[in-house]
Amino acid sequence: MDDRSPSPLSLAFPLALVILAAAVVGTFFLLDWRLDVASEHGRGVDQMIFFLLVCTGPLFVAGHLAVAWFVWKSRWRDTPAYLPPSPRAEWLATLIPVLLIGAVAEGGVLAIGMPVWGQVYREEPDTLPVEIVGKQFEWIARYPGRDGKFGRTEPTLIDDVENPLGLDEDDPAATDDIVVRGALYLPSGRAASIRIRSLDVLHSFAVPVMRTKQDAVPGLVTRTQMRPTTPGKYEITCAELCGMGHYRMRGYVNVLTPEEFEAWRARQVGWFE
Amino acid sequence: MEGPSGGLVRMSGTHAAGGFWTRYVFSRDHKVIGIQYILTAMAMGLVGGALAAWIRVQLAWPGSAGISPEQYPSLVTMHGTLMIFFVVSLALVSGLGNIIIPLQVGARDMAYPFLNMLSFWTVLPACPLMLASFFVPGGAAAAGWTAYPPLSALKGAIPGSGWGQSLWLLAMALFIASFTMGGLNFVATIFNLRARGLTMMRLPLACWTYLVSSILGLLSFPALTAAAIMLLLDRHAGTSFFVPSGVVIAGQVQAHQGGTPLLFQHLFWFLGHPEVYVLVLPALGIAFDVIAAFSRRPPHGYRITVWSLIVVAVLGMVVWGHHMFTSGMNPYLGKYFSVVTLLITLPFAAIGVNLVASLWRARLRWTPAMLWALGLISAVGTGGLGGVYLGNATADLHFHDSYFVVGHFHFMIGMVTLFGTFAGIFYWFPKLTGRLMNERLGRLHFWLTSLPMFALFFLMHLQGLRGMMRRYYEFSQDYVAPVLWLQPVLTVLAFVVFASQALFLINFFRSPFRGESAGPNPWNATTLEWTTPSPAPHGNWPDETPSAWRGPYEYSRNGNESDFELQSAPAAPGVLPSKR
Repeated sequence: MDDRSPSPLSLAFPLALVILAAAVVGTFFLLDWRLDVASEHGRGVDQMIFFLLVCTGPLFVAGHLAVAWFVWKSRWRDTPAYLPPSPRAEWLATLIPVLLIGAVAEGGVLAIGMPVWGQVYREEPDTLPVEIVGKQFEWIARYPGRDGKFGRTEPTLIDDVENPLGLDEDDPAATDDIVVRGALYLPSGRAASIRIRSLDVLHSFAVPVMRTKQDAVPGLVTRTQMRPTTPGKYEITCAELCGMGHYRMRGYVNVLTPEEFEAWRARQVGWFE
Repeated sequence: MEGPSGGLVRMSGTHAAGGFWTRYVFSRDHKVIGIQYILTAMAMGLVGGALAAWIRVQLAWPGSAGISPEQYPSLVTMHGTLMIFFVVSLALVSGLGNIIIPLQVGARDMAYPFLNMLSFWTVLPACPLMLASFFVPGGAAAAGWTAYPPLSALKGAIPGSGWGQSLWLLAMALFIASFTMGGLNFVATIFNLRARGLTMMRLPLACWTYLVSSILGLLSFPALTAAAIMLLLDRHAGTSFFVPSGVVIAGQVQAHQGGTPLLFQHLFWFLGHPEVYVLVLPALGIAFDVIAAFSRRPPHGYRITVWSLIVVAVLGMVVWGHHMFTSGMNPYLGKYFSVVTLLITLPFAAIGVNLVASLWRARLRWTPAMLWALGLISAVGTGGLGGVYLGNATADLHFHDSYFVVGHFHFMIGMVTLFGTFAGIFYWFPKLTGRLMNERLGRLHFWLTSLPMFALFFLMHLQGLRGMMRRYYEFSQDYVAPVLWLQPVLTVLAFVVFASQALFLINFFRSPFRGESAGPNPWNATTLEWTTPSPAPHGNWPDETPSAWRGPYEYSRNGNESDFELQSAPAAPGVLPSKR
């Protein structure tokens, strides 16, 4: 091992780190990674992510530059310091960056994150009740109909064509339930309270443009809430491995203006009507 | 003077001369067992890597890889399972841990050499068992490495949920049994067989990380064992721990009733999250040791690092729910798990900062081991910052199950662990073989692996930001279109990474015969393993085991003639090492 002449690596390595850091930052400006957002809480989620990008980006760059700088400086050093520094200095050198990242992480989630989390899970008044049911490999939406009640369902009644959700015809609340395969219709500006079920295995009701994601768990009814802001047609996808057709388990959220939505709902007839 | 370990090991008869079989096959020597683990991990790594390359072909050019949508989940599941449990766990924890621990604590062998041999021979049959599942009807397990029921519990739910899933569970049971025995051995060795004078606060950081990692493994793996047994019963004995009533598969109402899939998720992640630290912490410990030796100064903040490791471990046991933010568990739990998860950034950042600060005023030696350790700092920093996004429940509404997650965990349990493993293998190779690995090949391997890996997994984060979901056979969603052009780029990077491992294999298998011969202490390092000849004989020290008279990192102490002082060098004539 030759210690007399500096290795070319003591030049190449810091250079590589600087280029790496610059490339990572540059990628965020070059690539089209920003996804549209079409729900109220979705904007909050984006603010959360944006806050983290803005805060952790400089920490990432600073960390890489620090390593590059120390490595670069070592080119000219013959005798490194044994440096058992004072415990106080050691604590300070560690503590300051630690508190910084702690403040970013905890401050971010408490100040920005949790209120948005509440928007999704704290039930608002006057929501539109809808149900979305996952099955291999399809999404089926259900609306409670005129009576405002979801009727009873029974797994033994399920018939893929005649009765995909297994609605019980003997239950008066079920007769007017509206069932729509593959699409969810929602009015803009009004929060939808979405109950999520699964008929078979785990699925996850994900609408990336809405920043909505909630697992569909057999045996449970899970719940999420969203207030669409912009009319349009947005893709529903599945975010929990559910079988060989997982990748093509698609559906659409059609966000209509409130008037269009009422007109759409008036056109629907109950499953047993 | 007889070290406490000497008598014990001699009594157990480990070091009787023996023939070929007892020396190299059914060996109880921790170094041979360590190498056996590493060779096993290499073989499994080739399969796991080939699966990754195959998956990447499908992702870049859908349909051209000869993979059907039925097979794709199997390939993803087996890639993850093999890499996490049969490559990283075996090479870094079981393999290098076996090699490093007794040597660094100054013991003649593990506390229980026979148990150690048994650990290896328990996990070895698990490998063909796991691989055999590709050739059974329905193919290999396909419910993901997380094996979530009902997909993994109901045979009709996915083709791989037949024989393949059963073999997966059996192989995992063998792996867990092996890993538990190994962990017990590590803990017993570090607590009981330390050399005279080697107090806990004189323990090299590599040993500390193995200790913390082993305790974490021992505490958390039983939950997975329980879950695996319950899942087997659900599959074969008609129980319903994880399957509720009314599940309809292919038009048939299943007979199960009363269970809940969320129970499995809790049990799985009660292991699954600590498992991340089981794998990552030893890599960090190795990096500390390697960086100290090649920067010629003690690591910054030894005590802070030790306490941070312990805090990481304690917090790591109570944050599993951050894998389940969107699972349907109570949203209040999401708040708890988010806040406590993000607390881990504090001790974890302290460890990271100490790694960086260890380079301050250093005099570097550019060995391949050092390159890997420096690369690890970049990987653990980047991956760690990614964790701040994912521990945040609100941000996770967007990131859960996306490629952001895939990129993040490949940084942590892909890059950090592999970089640590490579650093460790380069660093301790001379102690095992008496020869050095080739530096030129080592450097080439480093650059051709680390940079493409970084680019590959970093770009996955951006695809995740755009909403690309993991475990998808192909992508036809409109909203991901702007980042789909990256797919072939990532595939080419993956191929570069896979192919460049040939350089490592050549180096690893050629150097024991062709490598430059190394003395007992080729790196002028300080810890106890460098006081014995290379290769270290059976029983580790030809005569007496060493005693520790000082801390593990006495580099460049002012006023000393040489720039390092072995831990075993007496402080002053007549002074005894302090009590153990």
